[in-house]
Amino acid sequence: MLRYFTIAILFLFHLNVNGQDLEMRKIEGGVYIPLYGSQEEVQVEIESFYMDTKPVTHQEFAKFIMQYPQWSKENVKALFADASYLIKWTAAGEVPEHLKNSPVNNVSWYAAKAYCECQDKRLPTTDEWEFAAKASENSVDAREDSLFNQKIVSGYEKPKTYLKEVGKSSPNYYGVYDLHGLVWEWVYDFNSIIITGESRSNNNTDTNLFCAGGAVSANDLMNYAAFMRYAIRSSLKARNTMTNMGFRCVQDANESKNTNL
Amino acid sequence: MKTLILIFAATLLFACNNAEETSIKEESNGITSKAEFNDLSIFNITSEWTTQHNEQIEFKDLQGSVLAVVMVYTSCQTACPRLAADMRNIEEQVAEKGKENVKYVLVSIDPENDTPERLTQFGKDYQLEGDQWLFLRGTEETVREFANVVAVKYKQISPIDFSHSNIISVFDAEGVMQHQQEGLGVNNKETIQKIIELSN
Repeated sequence: MLRYFTIAILFLFHLNVNGQDLEMRKIEGGVYIPLYGSQEEVQVEIESFYMDTKPVTHQEFAKFIMQYPQWSKENVKALFADASYLIKWTAAGEVPEHLKNSPVNNVSWYAAKAYCECQDKRLPTTDEWEFAAKASENSVDAREDSLFNQKIVSGYEKPKTYLKEVGKSSPNYYGVYDLHGLVWEWVYDFNSIIITGESRSNNNTDTNLFCAGGAVSANDLMNYAAFMRYAIRSSLKARNTMTNMGFRCVQDANESKNTNL
Repeated sequence: MKTLILIFAATLLFACNNAEETSIKEESNGITSKAEFNDLSIFNITSEWTTQHNEQIEFKDLQGSVLAVVMVYTSCQTACPRLAADMRNIEEQVAEKGKENVKYVLVSIDPENDTPERLTQFGKDYQLEGDQWLFLRGTEETVREFANVVAVKYKQISPIDFSHSNIISVFDAEGVMQHQQEGLGVNNKETIQKIIELSN
């Protein structure tokens, strides 16, 4: 009987996660020119989507592991996560109390992707993430706002921002928190942009290493913060985990009809 | 009771990817989740792929063979013909040593266009034919996942063009990566040596 009950509760929980989710905000689609990654069509078209307002926290990730124990520190396959996966967690899979509301970190791309899929969500693409992240508190596109850029870059210099709790700073234009300031975030196609030493110019890329590598190059050298994000992503492998790398999920707008926003 | 569990499990299966499926199945069968494969083995990837002969396979079906794997797409003009030539060169030299349990796998990064027919044609065009040659078509998702395993970066830069890294990876018969050769027109010697060492 108890088992029945547990299953029913889990089932409801599951439905709840899949249904209404007030912790997401709609990002109205549009076109923009990303720092990297487009060739003939310089502008990239972004369809409207819903984005988690906050990075996934340790507490939320712990719940996920209870449901999917294959992603615990103990069970995870080395193919899908390196040795520092969930390094701060106890062997029993517990999170130190003071970290519960801070963004989950030391997670691999595989784990992040599985988490989102299990909520019927997905990881954002690089273009989607950058599209949402160019918004300041009161502007959809603050990329040319020097104060905004400076704030982001100085955030990258602050130590141990990953210990901060999520949702404590001011939300951006869309009502989304912490795209900047706490952790870097996994994106679905993090490995799609090829940055070699000299790929900032078109003619110096090692074309033997990369087919058409020179075709993708930075078009906005002013955007140093974004350049750093692209460089970090490009340096990662999917099983890598880092203290200052977390993630959040998104959902296609047409799949979130129930979302009451 | 059992039905309920099954329904519940089915819902979970639906929401999650294949990696989850296996272990949930294992659990509900009461099988202890002792790792069947080496932790680093690509046989842990449970996605399904379609071959050039329109057959469905998983990586674990390749158990027992040493694998040389490269990611290409058939409409590629620049690097892929050279990668294909590298693969053929490696295959010829390994075959000379009488090594037989080796498979040469070309995984398409363009699953939308690379149908089994096109993959077969690509094999013909570049003389990559025979049982040792395997062409795999996945989905956008499974290809992205596999690319991450072999650390291949790629991006679609126009409807018919991708930028991608040129890497040939060698896996042992357990599915564990043992060697990678990066770049075009590099000497294949080390890769060939490695395959010979691993195969029998």
